[in-house]
Amino acid sequence: MPEFWSEYLAYPWNLVAVGATAAGLIFGFIGVAAFLAIWAERKVSGRIQDRLGPTRVGPFGLLQSLADGIKLIAKEDHVPTGADRFLFRLAPYLAFCASFCGFLALPFGDGLVAKDLNVSAFFMLAVLSSEVFGVVLAGYASASKWSLFGGVREAAQVVSYEVPRAMCVVVPVCVTGTLNLNTIGRQQTGWFWDWNVFHDPFTFAAFVIFYVTATASCKRAPFDLAEAESELVAGFHTEYSGFRWSIFFLAEYGSMFAVSGLAVLLFLGGWHTGVLPFEPTVEWGFWAGNLLNFVVFAGKCSVLVLVMMWMRWSLPRLRIDQVMMTCLQYFLPISCVLLVGVCVWLLLAPAWLTTGTRFVLAFGSLALVLGVAGSVILRPPPATGPAGQLPGVWAGRSTPLTAAKAGEPGA
Amino acid sequence: MSLPVILFAALAAATGVSALGVVLSRNIVRSAVWLLFTLIGVSLTYFLLGAEFLGTAQLIVYVGGTLVLVVFGVMLTAQGPLQSLKTRPAEWAVGGVLGAVLFGLIVAVTLGPGGPKGVAGGGGELPGSGPLGLAFLGVTETSQPGEVTGVPAGTTIPRTPVAYLLPFEIVSVHLLVVLVGAAYLARAKRRTNTEKFKR
Repeated sequence: MPEFWSEYLAYPWNLVAVGATAAGLIFGFIGVAAFLAIWAERKVSGRIQDRLGPTRVGPFGLLQSLADGIKLIAKEDHVPTGADRFLFRLAPYLAFCASFCGFLALPFGDGLVAKDLNVSAFFMLAVLSSEVFGVVLAGYASASKWSLFGGVREAAQVVSYEVPRAMCVVVPVCVTGTLNLNTIGRQQTGWFWDWNVFHDPFTFAAFVIFYVTATASCKRAPFDLAEAESELVAGFHTEYSGFRWSIFFLAEYGSMFAVSGLAVLLFLGGWHTGVLPFEPTVEWGFWAGNLLNFVVFAGKCSVLVLVMMWMRWSLPRLRIDQVMMTCLQYFLPISCVLLVGVCVWLLLAPAWLTTGTRFVLAFGSLALVLGVAGSVILRPPPATGPAGQLPGVWAGRSTPLTAAKAGEPGA
Repeated sequence: MSLPVILFAALAAATGVSALGVVLSRNIVRSAVWLLFTLIGVSLTYFLLGAEFLGTAQLIVYVGGTLVLVVFGVMLTAQGPLQSLKTRPAEWAVGGVLGAVLFGLIVAVTLGPGGPKGVAGGGGELPGSGPLGLAFLGVTETSQPGEVTGVPAGTTIPRTPVAYLLPFEIVSVHLLVVLVGAAYLARAKRRTNTEKFKR
C-alpha cells in the first residue's frame, strides 16, 4: 500500500495517507464484521433454541443490528451517582482501542497488512491482552458491586489465560521459525496438508488449546464470568447503556475476529484456500490475488467465530473456580508439554513419520468435517402428518385433539 | 521538521503529561490509569525508534501484565488512607529535587559530547534505541570488535557484549530483591491456623 500512495503524494504525506487508509479500512472491517456477527449470533442462538431469531427487519432479519444500533444511539447515556465519571466514560474506548490495535499487525492477505511488523504475532498477543483494562476499569468506575465483581473476575481470568495462550502461539512459531505473521502465512502456501495445524500432533493439539484459551480471553461463554447474567446482573457492563454499551460489544466482536485471524494465520493456512497449490498474488498480481486472499481469510475467520457462537449457546457456563482450575491445572501443563514436544519432534522425527502424520491428520480431519457435514445435510426430513394427526410411527394413533373430535375418551 | 520529529514531539508531550498525571492525581486508581498511558507512550516511543520487539515487550510485560495486577491489587485494597493520597510539602520538596536532578542528568547525557547521534547525520532522523541505551550507560563504542572464538572466521560481532553485562546483573539482582520482598510480604503469618484445616 505505501507504493500506491507514493505515486500521488510526496514523502511525509504518503505515510499519513497510508495510515489514514489503513485505519479507515480496519474500522470498516470491524464495523461490518460486528454488524454481521451480531445478526449471526441471534440467528444461531435462535436455531439452537428452536426458534427463528430476528425475521422482521430486512430480509432474514439482516438489518436487525442496524435497528439495534439506532435504538442504542437514541438511548440515554447514563452515568450512575457515585461513579468515577472520567474513568466510566473512558473505559469502553480503552477496550475498543485494544481490539482495534490488534488488527494493525494482522495480514488479511499476502502483504495486505496495515503495518508489516517483524514481531506481529507477539504484538497481537500483547495488544489483545490489554483489552482487559477497559473491562476492569468499567467494573471499578461503575460504583456497583456487581460491576466490580465482574471486573475482578475478568482480570483474574485474562491474566491466567494469557499464559497458555502465549505458549500455544510459540508452538507454531517453533515450526515456522518467525514471528512475522505475513511470513508465517506465506510459508503455508500449497495444499491443505501443508497447514501448520497438520504439521504434527503437537501443533494439532496446540490449535485446540489456543482456540479454547482465545475464547476465554474474549470472555465468551462458557468463560463469560465477567458478565454472568445469572449471578452478576450483567457483570462489568451493568451500569452502561446506550452508545458506550455498544462500544463494548464492538470491542468484543472485534477481538473475536482478531483472535480468530491469529488462529487462522498461525494454524489454518492463513489466506490460502488449501486447494490451490500456488500463492494467488504471485500468479494473478497483487490486487486480484489479494481479493481472493481476503475473501478466503475472512471466510475462515467467520467459521471460527461461528464455532465460538455454537459453543456459547451449547455449553453451560463454568464456575469461577472451575475456570481458573481449567487454566492453571490443565491448560498450562498441557501447553508446556506441547512446547517441549514440538521441539523434540522437530529435532528427532524422521521424514517418513512427519509426512505420514501430516497426511493422517489432514485427511482424518477432512473426513471428520465431511462426515459431520454429511450427517447434517443428509439426515431424513422432519416427519409430517396431516393436521391434527401424529406423524411417523405414531400415524393413526389418537391424540387428545382427534379423540375429542371423535367423542372418544381422551388419551 | 520532519515527520518523525513531529511524531516524537507529540508522543513525548502526551507521555510527559500523563506522567505528570500519575504524580499529581489524588485518586490511586486514576493514578494507575495515567500510568497506563505513560507506559503505552514509552512503548510507542520504542516503536518510533524502530525497536519493535522492545516496544511489544514493554506492552505485554508492563501494560498487559504488571499494570493489570497493579489495578487488580488497587481495586481490592483501595480503602481508607489509600483511596485519596495526600502529599506533604516535605515529600513535594524531596521528590521535586530528585526529579530535577534526574532530568538535568538526562539532559546533560543526551546533549553532551557522548550523547546519541542521529542516524543520518543531523537533520530530523532519530537515533535508534541501541545508541540511546549505550549513551545513557556512558558507554561509547570506539573499540574495534575483537576476535571471538567459536564463530566462523571473519564474523563480526556487532556489539561489545561486555557492555550489557553490568546493567543486566543490576536488573537481575533488583528482580531478585523484589521476589524476596514479595515472598516476605505474602508469607503465612499465622502458622498455627493452618493446622486446623489439615485432615
